[in-house]
Amino acid sequence: MPDINDMKEIILKYVINEYAEEDDNVTFDTPLISSGLVDSFSMVSLKRFLEVKYKISIPDDKATPEAFDNVNKIANLVLNYL
Amino acid sequence: MHAFKSYEEMSKNFSWARAEHELGYTPGDVINIGWYCSDRICRLGKSEKTALVWEGRENEVKRYTYNDIRLLSNTIGAYLRRLGIRDGDRVCLFMDKVPELYIGLLGILKIGAIAQPLFSAFGDESLFIRLENAGTRAIITQRKHASKLQKILDRLPGLEFIIVVDDDGRKALKPKEVVLHMDQEERVEEIGIFPTRAESPSLLHYTSGTTGPPKGVKHVHYSLISQYLTAKWVLDLRDDDIYWCTADPGWVTGTSYGIIAPFALGITQCVMDIGFSAEAWYRFIEKHRVSMWYSAPTAIRSLMKAGDEIVGKFDLSSLRHLASVGEPLNAEAVVWSQRMFGKPFYDTYWQTETGSIMITNFPGMKVKPGSMGRPFPGLTAAILDPDTFEPITGINKPGLIAFRHDWPARMRTYWNNEETFRKKFRNGWYLTGDRSTIDQDGYYWFIGRDDDVINTGGHLVSPFEVESALLEHPAVAESAVVAKPDEVNMEVVKAFVTIKPGFEANDELELDIMNFIRKKLSPLAMPQEIEYMDKLPKTRSGKIMRRVLHAQEWGQQIGDISTLEND
Repeated sequence: MPDINDMKEIILKYVINEYAEEDDNVTFDTPLISSGLVDSFSMVSLKRFLEVKYKISIPDDKATPEAFDNVNKIANLVLNYL
Repeated sequence: MHAFKSYEEMSKNFSWARAEHELGYTPGDVINIGWYCSDRICRLGKSEKTALVWEGRENEVKRYTYNDIRLLSNTIGAYLRRLGIRDGDRVCLFMDKVPELYIGLLGILKIGAIAQPLFSAFGDESLFIRLENAGTRAIITQRKHASKLQKILDRLPGLEFIIVVDDDGRKALKPKEVVLHMDQEERVEEIGIFPTRAESPSLLHYTSGTTGPPKGVKHVHYSLISQYLTAKWVLDLRDDDIYWCTADPGWVTGTSYGIIAPFALGITQCVMDIGFSAEAWYRFIEKHRVSMWYSAPTAIRSLMKAGDEIVGKFDLSSLRHLASVGEPLNAEAVVWSQRMFGKPFYDTYWQTETGSIMITNFPGMKVKPGSMGRPFPGLTAAILDPDTFEPITGINKPGLIAFRHDWPARMRTYWNNEETFRKKFRNGWYLTGDRSTIDQDGYYWFIGRDDDVINTGGHLVSPFEVESALLEHPAVAESAVVAKPDEVNMEVVKAFVTIKPGFEANDELELDIMNFIRKKLSPLAMPQEIEYMDKLPKTRSGKIMRRVLHAQEWGQQIGDISTLEND
């Protein structure tokens, strides 16, 4: 089982590299979906990243905007499927 | 009372001159949308009325009166003139839904330049194609989006100015960048509005087709006439309304009904510049006492998915009228809104090319859930036989939705693409590319597209554009792109690819290809699913048969495959 803090660092790095713009300051609790930093279409690629990286399958009905709204929440969601 | 009485009454002796008269416009006079949306409203005694309430992240709120809008659009227009921007020049707006976008559009129009709004989530290649085609001279943007421009600048020699509206001065400016802080500039009282006429170009909106690159739809200042009257009659906008149009002005709804129509009517409108969440949307309606809400089926379905319970947590009693646009509004959504808000969403149908609402459900008119409604008065609409392009007279017979090309907001041409523009007409009819039926009461019922264009979340995506971009990925040998059904977005993009030797078709590669398209084109164009194939279905002449793949996705009959290539 991966360490949750390591997991958060990995997810945060991915979000910054893939979705953040030049001046965005993204932390573990920065709103992602509700702030518009990650749009609903891009959320599909973020879900795919988690599934590939952690070799899990997240049901579509659990991949809600609320569950993906910050890195802390995402890491906790991933833990449920490891 | 609704401005729209009965359908029969409003259709009788209809003339667009009614809107001209209400706006005080006489044919042949100067008509400038920028002036009508700000100066005229001030002259009507509404200088201190709130025009725009903007809310951004962390509940930041900004308010602008009509006098603010007048002065600030003058200020932006004057700034552009100082840079040497002249009438007819194309000026792109590439921003999130910030106040500078709404006010900047009016400033561009006031100096006779052509506004070219583009969706801020576009990747660098989508941006390049549209800026190159338009021959854009200046682009107004935010610091966070400016980096995309630096990647393509050397391929755009005609782009002279990148105007950054939120530069904080911490870093040196990059090539061609200049700074405009709208709220800090000295306000300009008089600008000398350029005397545009009815046929002077106003906006270029880009839209996607099945083949070829995106097309720049050219609109003119006279489009105001349609937009004003349709907003008054269909959206039922009234002087005391608080209006919320959720569309992004990077798309035509966001300009026709998110900027031009409400400002021309002197309405107070609210804008929320944050992402979607059901709670945030309901809170926004409650906080600002929104009375007229114009949204999209994808958003409505997302709200439905968030559940009924959350609706009860908010006071939404301010809502008076609801309407929807972008894709067909399913009957379930109409029934749901009636149950949740005590009123249905009224579906409206139109396109980038039409510039204003064409077929619609009118306030006070009986809504048939799932129907598009009836044509706006004054329009000649028909369902055409796809072979003869002649009107079909019977009821419930499927055909092509078409209009006589004679309403004020109709597109005038595709920018630098007159040939494709002409192909949109047959026997004098403008072909929408959509199919429907008409029932015994004259209501239209949407069936689907007549081509391969993908309508995802109300936005059109060209399969050709995505296929071309896929081929630029180092691992992709061949590609085919089709629509896949989706519960929320109606359709999403699905790609079928064959892989070059030396690459492994696995999940990591799929994610890499998805992100490649997302950054190059846009999140909308990103395939939500990629299927690896050994070979794509092709005709014997080598043309990829998209319809075979489309039928597979939609569980339809494949049809005639006699031309399918054999092994």
